[in-house]
Amino acid sequence: MSDLNKLGLAEARDALRKGDTTSVELTEACLKAIDAADALNAFVHKTPEIALERARAADERIKAGDAPSMCGLPIGIKDLFCTKGVDSQAASNILKGFKPEYESTVSQQLVDAGAVMLGKLNMDEFAMGSSNETSAYGNAVSPWRRDGDDAQLTPGGSSGGSAAAVAADLCLAATGTDTGGSIRQPAAFTGTVGIKPTYGRCSRWGVVAFASSLDQAGPMTKSVRDAAIMLEAMCGHDPKDSTSADLPVPDFEAMLTGDIRGKKIGIPKEYRMDGMPEEISKLWADGAEMLKAAGAEIVDISLPHTKYALPAYYVIAPAEASSNLARYDGVRYGHRATLEAGDGITEMYEKTRAEGFGPEVQRRVMVGTYVLSAGFYDAYYNRARKVRTLIKKDFEDAFAAGVDAILTPATPSAAFGLGEMTEADPVQMYLNDVFTVTVNLAGLPGIAVPAGLDAKGLPLGLQLIGKPWEEGDLLNTAYALESAAGFVAKPQQWW
Amino acid sequence: MSIDQSTAAKVAKLARIKVEDDALPALADEFNNILGFIEQLNEVDVEGVEPMTSVTPQRLKRRKDEVTDGSQQDKVLANAPDAREGFFAVPKVVE
Repeated sequence: MSDLNKLGLAEARDALRKGDTTSVELTEACLKAIDAADALNAFVHKTPEIALERARAADERIKAGDAPSMCGLPIGIKDLFCTKGVDSQAASNILKGFKPEYESTVSQQLVDAGAVMLGKLNMDEFAMGSSNETSAYGNAVSPWRRDGDDAQLTPGGSSGGSAAAVAADLCLAATGTDTGGSIRQPAAFTGTVGIKPTYGRCSRWGVVAFASSLDQAGPMTKSVRDAAIMLEAMCGHDPKDSTSADLPVPDFEAMLTGDIRGKKIGIPKEYRMDGMPEEISKLWADGAEMLKAAGAEIVDISLPHTKYALPAYYVIAPAEASSNLARYDGVRYGHRATLEAGDGITEMYEKTRAEGFGPEVQRRVMVGTYVLSAGFYDAYYNRARKVRTLIKKDFEDAFAAGVDAILTPATPSAAFGLGEMTEADPVQMYLNDVFTVTVNLAGLPGIAVPAGLDAKGLPLGLQLIGKPWEEGDLLNTAYALESAAGFVAKPQQWW
Repeated sequence: MSIDQSTAAKVAKLARIKVEDDALPALADEFNNILGFIEQLNEVDVEGVEPMTSVTPQRLKRRKDEVTDGSQQDKVLANAPDAREGFFAVPKVVE
């Protein structure tokens, strides 16, 4: 078999079980693709020895007829996941050289499911960003380019390295994390599939924390079927995360029937933003038509507090970040600034954090500190939490009225060029998450599915939002949309 | 609500991030820009609305109050920038 790195999880799994290939062959194909793709800056810590060792062990298990669900499948891991003995620095200089003595629950579950780790993937620093331009490793670069233009584009963020690696076939799939859209926006920008499950589905233990009430891990894959396979391996109760749900994890792949007859799909009018590009409105309308043709009923709904989701998010997420990132003080791990004579512990903290955190992380930590400070806690933080209650209620009302899933665009535009937003103020960059952030605030599952190309040949994605804990049903609707959209475009290799 | 340079300096101090004096005006501008965006929340009627504490209704699980982990001093100290004699070492804290 040739081009083994181009396979998806399901195809590779089936080929392994039939004996058409081996995990070592698959892994070697990916490692070769990774070494030839340094221009994308997607893999920032390569782990070929670990990969080949796990691949050999997987081949033994397959031979012995004892193959778990992802046995022998090579994947990439976002740098936000702690991986035992392997650099895990959340793309921040403050964690430079940090080698965890433990493995995150999600990456351990993937090991247990037989998956092969190829290395760690680039991302925005502490997952704060929408373009992978805040990374201490430098930008990740999208494998996609506009037709007739060699400008470098963003793969999106914060899971930009994961999206670039999957789209460029450097791995079969990758882990991502999503606090405000960090799985779904990069998936949409790169023509890949990304699902953020219900808050509590995946354990957060060992995942470097950004905003704990919003953070969720999820898979980034080449198809909806692959997302179902990998999500199932990642989910499950973990006593080490008190917010992890003690609920059974269904066989998501078995739920992909493609039959969505009678399902009610809501189209929220508030997502029709002023100045929405024609291509995005058309994609959205086409998506609704496809679901209708597959037998679903399309209904107009209202989510009245949508407009306030981003401002609420930019209070809550920085507030939680300022608290979570207080641990980076130069004492227990990572960077410590060189001190001058007479410097005390306060100078050590201040210099360490000024040197270790990049500008966007510093900005968010300080905004969070401000909104939590005495005198402003009620005006900003408590008000934002009340608005969050209202945003969640909007969705509850829609689901109570019989809606099964909600269809929206995934992003307000196709991928933009690296550096194009540098001059814009931070709020302009925040608007990238306008369609995705509501889902985190309400704790719901959301999936981005590639649905078309824009006039310049770049991928565009649609988002489906589901009911809490009903990822299986959501994946099935996404599967129907994927089948109808028939998206098969791949980036032309230039790297 | 407008943030001046002294407020910006105070916030930087609270966050334990060193910001040079000449960087304070730009920082104050950035804060004002972001807070201006956040001000929209004042348009929402939140009278009688409970602030969200948990996005999924759940009661935190309880477990037996017993030691389940520990005795990993080497591992705990393995990544410290300065560890000596089984402790984290820091500049003098108490005069």
